[in-house]
Amino acid sequence: MRRPLWHTIDHKYSVSLFDCDRNLELGALVNGSCLNGRIEELRGRSVLIATQSQLAAATALIELDGIARRLILCPPDLPADHISAVMAQADASAVVSDQETWQIGESDAELFTLRCAMIDRVAIQPARDEATQWVLLTSGTAGVPKMVVHTLSTLMGAIDSDATPNRDMVWATFYDVRRYGGLQVLLRTLAGGGSMVMSGTGQTPADFLAQAAARRVTHMSGTPSHWRRALMSPAARMCAPKYIRLSGEIADQPILDGIRAFFPNTPVAHAFASTEAGVAFEVGDGLAGFPANLLAHEDGTVRLRIEDGSLRIRSPRTALRYLANEEALCDKDGFVDTGDMVERRGDRCYFVGRRGGVINVGGLKVHPEEIEAVINRHPRIELSRVGSRKSPITGAIVVADIVIRPLPSDDGSPFEPDGLKTDIVEYCRGLLPPHKVPSAIRIVPSLEIAASGKLVRVIA
Amino acid sequence: MLLRPTIIEQLTQVAKEQNKKVLEMSDEVILLDSGLDSLCFAIVVSRLEDLLGVDPFSSVEELRFPTTVGEFISLYEQAAR
Repeated sequence: MRRPLWHTIDHKYSVSLFDCDRNLELGALVNGSCLNGRIEELRGRSVLIATQSQLAAATALIELDGIARRLILCPPDLPADHISAVMAQADASAVVSDQETWQIGESDAELFTLRCAMIDRVAIQPARDEATQWVLLTSGTAGVPKMVVHTLSTLMGAIDSDATPNRDMVWATFYDVRRYGGLQVLLRTLAGGGSMVMSGTGQTPADFLAQAAARRVTHMSGTPSHWRRALMSPAARMCAPKYIRLSGEIADQPILDGIRAFFPNTPVAHAFASTEAGVAFEVGDGLAGFPANLLAHEDGTVRLRIEDGSLRIRSPRTALRYLANEEALCDKDGFVDTGDMVERRGDRCYFVGRRGGVINVGGLKVHPEEIEAVINRHPRIELSRVGSRKSPITGAIVVADIVIRPLPSDDGSPFEPDGLKTDIVEYCRGLLPPHKVPSAIRIVPSLEIAASGKLVRVIA
Repeated sequence: MLLRPTIIEQLTQVAKEQNKKVLEMSDEVILLDSGLDSLCFAIVVSRLEDLLGVDPFSSVEELRFPTTVGEFISLYEQAAR
């Protein structure tokens, strides 16, 4: 078993976790706790971490790994009714929050308030000997997210814990630490002995970049969409990172070139990782895609293969299983199907999209069926098909084809198509978050239905 | 088609559709301060590709991402050449 996360911190060094207005000196946690003297009450329990700030979530993870039986990381945007379902399925009896009150539905879970600004001195640190399960929520599903069970070992599989600590390393990420990508950055920071800058609740990207620059950021990570946005911000010019990392979406050539033009002397890596499969590999040659010879590595810890067009990964970094879900996380040989479709061209493999037409809009996964279900409720719609259009800004955007339902009273006279399109967009806007609202609608005479009875979808 | 008025019109139109309060789109306005977010730009770029037949973000080599409205427009002027 890996040593609990708390053991990565050391009071001899001045390294910190920062958010927009606070600074948590990690050394203070060596003889201290932000849990108001109640940490022992959480021993062996299943604990939901539902904080407003990333800083509080990170503190809870450091303090509770090795004490709680299970830590469930609640992402910031999880709807309240999903929180109840997640708590029930994860058997959570306690909630750690940075709020004084916390009430979701009928939950009788016990509240533990964590205050980053109030570190109590602890004479003897509690024993951290529990093999804590770390539960992360996926973003891709319609409805209640899937819960993915990791351990600190699987999560830190791609991180070199024996490297000489670098106290001058300052990580900043556009990700949230409560999701896999951001959590990797937090763990890298702690394992590497450095500091980290996190964005505060509601902080603008420009403000975050300025803050990262003020903290002399050396390592930066985010999705290609995060980076496209960052490069459009003058505040990015204040940063001088020594290392840049992209993951979470397809890194295309324009964004890799754009970063190189902006930061000509900074090495840029793009990594492939998913919540289920873990970190699989990283590519540092500045080119989109990955070398096909990665597929041939027989001896490495991470094995890759392509089956039915999608990338499969077997690795010690893979999650253990889904929680409260019978679905198998990997096949009988231990490979996780990422659902990311790969095309080989010569010596290089390229990502071409998601299986099942899942659309990735700036790192947010969108199921076409969910949007079609909304559009189809509109009285003038017979049938709809939602697809994606490639975007150099967010990777993809949502578009829709619609077939119009003739009204009984229709006399065949022409109607106003633009008015109807606007009406449908407005209708979707009332029921869906902005990234799911079709940005363009096309009226078509019919949509093809396959022999299976399913709508024929074309991978964009 | 005149580039500048077309681009300004699309920026303003998408902002309106997305219920964003926007500044007046003058050259020196910082794109990210204009009130538009990434999704808005993604939509603007796709509509401009339909209208103008170019997508400088995909076609210009050694692309420098624009930070102001003026740079955004000149990127399209450069691509149209």
